[in-house]
Amino acid sequence: MNEAAPRPKENMGEPLPRIDGRLKVTGQAPYPADIPVNNLAHAVLVTSEIARGRITALHLDKARAVPGVIEIFTSESLHGDLEKPKFGPASTSIGPLHDTKIWHDGQIMALVIAETIEAAREAAMRVTADYDEEKPSTGFGSEGTETVAATEASKQFKEDVKAGDFNAAFASAPVTIDAEYLMPTHHHNPIELFSTTAYWQGEDLVVHEPSQNVHGWKVEIARQLKIEPDRVRVISPYIGGAFGSKGPVTPRTALVALVARRLGRPVRCVVTRPQAFTTQTYRAETRHHIQMGATQDGKITAFRHEGWEVTSRPDPYVVGGTSTTGRMYDYGSVLTKVFLVKADRPTPSYMRSPPETPYVYALESAMDEMAVALDMDPVEFRRINDATHEPIEGKPFSSRPLMECYDEAAREFGWSRRSLQPGSMRDGDWMIGMGCATAIYPANIAPCAVRIILTDDGRARVQTASHEIGTGIRTVAAQLTAEQLGLDIGAIEVEMGDTRLPAAPVAGGSNTTASVSSAIMKACGEIREKLARAAVTAKDGPFSGQDPHSVVFREGKLVAGNASQELKDIFELLGSGVIEQYSEFRPEATSPEAVSKLYKGKMEMVSGEKGEMVKYAFGAEFVEVHIHRRTREIRVPRIVGAFAGGRIMNTRTARSQLMGGMIWGISSALHEATEFDHRSARVVNRDLQDYLVPVNADIQEVTVILVPEVDKDANPAGIKGLGELGNVGTAAAIASAVYHATGQRIRQLPIRIDSLIG
Amino acid sequence: MLPFSYERAETLDDARKAVSDGGEQPPTSAAVQFIAGGTNMSDYMRLGVNRPAHLVDINPIPDSSLRTIAITESEVRLGALVRMSEVEDHPGINQRCPMLAESLKLAASRQIRNMASLGGNILQRTRCEYFRETSWPCNKRDPGSGCAAMDGFNRQHAVLGTSDACIATYHGDFAQALIALDASVEILGQAGSRRMRFAELHRLPGDRPEIETVLRPDEIIVAIAVSLPAWAARSGYLKIRDRQSYAFSLASAAVALDLSEETVRDVRIALGGVATVPWRATEAEEALKGKALTEETATKAAEIAFSGAKPRQHNAFKVELGKQTLVRALMDVGQMRI
Ligand SMILES: Cc1cc2nc3c(=O)[nH]c(=O)nc-3n(C[C@H](O)[C@H](O)[C@H](O)COP(=O)(O)OP(=O)(O)OC[C@H]3O[C@@H](n4cnc5c(N)ncnc54)[C@H](O)[C@@H]3O)c2cc1C
Ligand code: SF4
Repeated sequence: MNEAAPRPKENMGEPLPRIDGRLKVTGQAPYPADIPVNNLAHAVLVTSEIARGRITALHLDKARAVPGVIEIFTSESLHGDLEKPKFGPASTSIGPLHDTKIWHDGQIMALVIAETIEAAREAAMRVTADYDEEKPSTGFGSEGTETVAATEASKQFKEDVKAGDFNAAFASAPVTIDAEYLMPTHHHNPIELFSTTAYWQGEDLVVHEPSQNVHGWKVEIARQLKIEPDRVRVISPYIGGAFGSKGPVTPRTALVALVARRLGRPVRCVVTRPQAFTTQTYRAETRHHIQMGATQDGKITAFRHEGWEVTSRPDPYVVGGTSTTGRMYDYGSVLTKVFLVKADRPTPSYMRSPPETPYVYALESAMDEMAVALDMDPVEFRRINDATHEPIEGKPFSSRPLMECYDEAAREFGWSRRSLQPGSMRDGDWMIGMGCATAIYPANIAPCAVRIILTDDGRARVQTASHEIGTGIRTVAAQLTAEQLGLDIGAIEVEMGDTRLPAAPVAGGSNTTASVSSAIMKACGEIREKLARAAVTAKDGPFSGQDPHSVVFREGKLVAGNASQELKDIFELLGSGVIEQYSEFRPEATSPEAVSKLYKGKMEMVSGEKGEMVKYAFGAEFVEVHIHRRTREIRVPRIVGAFAGGRIMNTRTARSQLMGGMIWGISSALHEATEFDHRSARVVNRDLQDYLVPVNADIQEVTVILVPEVDKDANPAGIKGLGELGNVGTAAAIASAVYHATGQRIRQLPIRIDSLIG
Repeated sequence: MLPFSYERAETLDDARKAVSDGGEQPPTSAAVQFIAGGTNMSDYMRLGVNRPAHLVDINPIPDSSLRTIAITESEVRLGALVRMSEVEDHPGINQRCPMLAESLKLAASRQIRNMASLGGNILQRTRCEYFRETSWPCNKRDPGSGCAAMDGFNRQHAVLGTSDACIATYHGDFAQALIALDASVEILGQAGSRRMRFAELHRLPGDRPEIETVLRPDEIIVAIAVSLPAWAARSGYLKIRDRQSYAFSLASAAVALDLSEETVRDVRIALGGVATVPWRATEAEEALKGKALTEETATKAAEIAFSGAKPRQHNAFKVELGKQTLVRALMDVGQMRI
């Protein structure tokens, strides 16, 4: 055991190393753009240089003159062969070449196809356009945006949660705060570039592309190409980071497939880093207005959270985190409202903990401000307002270990050494600040199918079209199967990310571990049942006549009491060499067709707020910052987080997810922002030189505490997701530490030197 | 990327003769250009910013004048093909002039520093986002097209030495140490060799920001010579940036101090991250000479150093940050034990 492999506590699995770790670190994991394909043509996107208007002419002659250019696709090339993408399964309704209207900066205007990537790139650079340009709006503060209520704009966002009489409670509250917070646009920037490789085998299309939702994509790609879904195969076994960016299918994919069909040869399109800033999705910038009222002794009586979110003109993407923030504490009264601000921008989409990251940042910042207004320790303030029932519908939490997380993290961090007064802690020229915040994420679960093939030599193959986006699900699937069938993990192979495999839900909403594990447990149970039955019904075997449930599976054997029998022998009894077990897991609250819908690209995810109880994973994060009194650089020497996520399948992968989350949290607090040129609504920092994320030197001590928790009410497997928990709240903890160090309250992220100086 | 041809120069003579059409244009827009470590050249070629038709690789040239670090009592001579990491690792340089080594150590990443040459380093081009993305108007990349940064997102841009045509920052760190120590460069061209003060190599943008240096396209930097007075041992480079490593400076200060007791006998100050060219703050130096080094005199010097600053919308913080950086550097270097 070492720090990376924490010793399992109660209800936690062994920290087995990742089964695909070696492949990944030695560069042998085949990512979709690495797949060797014969006779490949290369495609490069040409994107718009304006954010709003119309293309009046595309000049292609100079591009066509580049040796090796095969074809240039423009809006005149589609001939009605491609349906427009459908917002929802697709990231946007803005078609790649469907018309000459420009909705946003860097919109796809043409696709150059050439024999080599170099020729395609050079030709793409030579395409020029004439535009009929209109004045664009970037977002907040720009003229010409349109603000609409999210409930009216989107069917997905059903209601603005509320409880009690906020106005009266706020008006009469003895202590109040009223503040606005801003989180900027973020881009996922996974290290693996976005890419599509498409080829046809007769009428059948094969797409290699990193995807978090292969079955969903299959259906949407088929719809755009006007073919049957079963003709499409999407393959995505390895994904080099996703964070939501590979959730919805983007407009490029079906276009590349169409080009491959027209040319009669495979086509690969790798999106450049700068192009990803405009042709892929992003986290919408959000503005939050919070009003909070409390009694002198710290009981919150009124909470109001209004959010404004930037989206594109045509698509009402809603971030909408008020359903979580409105339920977080025992507020007394709640009033929330979410608005969309339509601007000349691409359509935003999911990014790690989509609603919680921005909305909880605002809420937890406000909590810190209220604690200051009350002259109260921020941990104690949260304790006073801890809840057993959420305030909106009065439903109980399936479990609520929030204060346990606070107490464990505070102890490890040494919170008691913090002095209350801002600016009171110093180390030479460095001002020291300490802050904390709550992390929360709903425990979601979805239908999932799996096939487990067990052979008589004691080897098993697990097949499910789930997605290994780096979370460790492939390892967890192997580990769980091994445990369930009494095999060594080395005997298990896992296949994922292919529409030929049994359907699995999108890798989103941190549902994967719960959903896939539930399906595996079901399949393994059925396999054990078959084998055990064969063993007890055998005429004169060691288990003859025993209760099949008394048989356990251990070290490749069936065992009951002192008796044991090799798997091989049981297979002989069965008269077969293989058990191929296909099983479907369907959460209780879903419809009977939930699994068949999954194959049709529709998913019924049961969110943590549904049902008799509300189900969340919780955490508490504590952070220390050092700020130089002159130059105001902000350093984060340490961060401690304690998290409870129900059953932990593997302490190593769980820690890794939470640690990565906290690091991203630091990034969102101090580094990340997509910057715009407000005159043109265009992105200025289009690469990793200027879109900063932390490097090793920025990250010092990161401590993850896994708090044991058993929560059978969350779902039968007792598993809550962790992938999107760690980065929630971090930014608020850091903003609060910055305040504690300097007395400066910065309500706009990222907090950089320029926020603090001058 | 534009198709280009590539040639390996085996001798210095080959290299300078490869550039026959020297002409009047600056080296950065010539048809034939040199490549050393390639960390800037290949990057900007891929972006379509540098578009040479022919590249002359000077790495194969075996001459020791290009490749050695020669250190004497009074001077260090650095060959232009010496890699950044070689200098940062050099014990003599670390001892005799920490500022030189530190300005390199705090630049880029070790991988880049293993590849990048000193000659290429001092000629590195700006990182202005509007310069690097070819779809924006940019006077430096496309003379006369305008400057998108001027009223755009100009957080990283310069406040000193700017013009109405260009406000791009010169981002190199090493150059600040060189200009502070009044280094000189040895240059070889078709017309023969010449030597000039490093301070004269870079040109202010003025109304011709596309002309970045006084070099002609056929001219190769062969070496850099830096005189090392004993007091250069009391020197340092402070770099303030958005993250703790692998980032260009928002503000930096190269400082060397000749102290007699508390009194400043001589001082060298150069400022990075805030100016359009390597920037020596001579007036600030003058203000300190003969005075005791205190927070007060240091602050006064910093005020003077930035008195001509012209901030734009997003980079106004650089004025205060630049001053604080300089004060901190002066005080830190003042307290060094040597
Ligand atoms: C990600 C990244 C981060 C960086 N961070 C920093 C930083 O923090 N601080 C910093 O100072 N720098 C930084 N740099 C810049 C880096 O230091 C330069 O790219 C490098 O020093 C250039 O050296 P090179 O040998 O690779 O030059 P090349 O790319 O080969 O050439 C650069 C230019 O110099 C010319 N040239 C090269 N050698 C000669 C010569 N002998 N005579 C005449 N002309 C010549 C070339 O024609 C070209 O125009 C960074 C670079 C990158 C890519
Ligand atoms: S600052 Fe200089 S380099 Fe940047 S856009 Fe303006 S002219 Fe170009």
